Amino acid sequence: MREQPLDLVNLTIPAKPDYVAIARLAVSGIANRMGFSYDDIEDLKLAVSEACTNSVEHAYSGENGEIGLSCNIFENRLEIEVVDQGHSFDASEVESRTGPIQFEISMSLVRERGLGLYLMRSLMDQVDIDGDDGVTVRMTKYIRKNEVGSHVESPASYPTR
Amino acid sequence: MNITIREHSEREHTIDLAVFGEIDVYTAPQLREKLLTLCQGGSHIHLDLAGVDYIDSTGLGVLIGAYKAQKSSGGKLIISGMNSRLARLFRITGLQEIMEFGPDNQEDGKS
Repeated sequence: MREQPLDLVNLTIPAKPDYVAIARLAVSGIANRMGFSYDDIEDLKLAVSEACTNSVEHAYSGENGEIGLSCNIFENRLEIEVVDQGHSFDASEVESRTGPIQFEISMSLVRERGLGLYLMRSLMDQVDIDGDDGVTVRMTKYIRKNEVGSHVESPASYPTR
Repeated sequence: MNITIREHSEREHTIDLAVFGEIDVYTAPQLREKLLTLCQGGSHIHLDLAGVDYIDSTGLGVLIGAYKAQKSSGGKLIISGMNSRLARLFRITGLQEIMEFGPDNQEDGKS
């Protein structure tokens, strides 16, 4: 049986550029409370923004829509789902041209979308993309203990059960 | 959340641009418009990112676009003032190897 999260935070935002910062702030608050390090919180903010930006720019392409954000809080990790009901895309096709920018590749081939997916993969521990019916991005980041140079002052008053 | 862009041109053939705020899908168009207008002027552009504490792939895309525009017109885009967080993103994406940077960028502290 699938492990149940300790807590679940759901947020629905309009699929518009001005709301991506709201998703980022919400995740930042949750991650801070869970005791993630400063760098890991920044990674989470960026990964969530990239997923939301993809929905805003590609799934709905100008049409009105919503983005669902589910933050599943576990003892040792945060699992985030970003869901839209917009146009699907072939995730494997996009990922095939994802990666760091290479010297040899002409700059004209650099695509923002590939960069966003690549960043999500680089910054999170696990990323799964399901593009069959709308797009669902599931990503996980584990809390790393004993991190040297952690900027988190207290490990948050998170209830341990 | 908005960004502020300040422009100086005290040196000849060089425009100094300082950005403050978070560069994301909402604010990037403002920076893109500013940079692309300046890129047509034939001057070198010094971009100070010391006031930027967040940038995502949309913002990086704007910088790539400006870099390309400058390169094709014989100008330069020089980026300075990046904090360690931004420096890390430039390293991960490979932009560190391609673009031109001033001396006052912070070290990318994370391996």
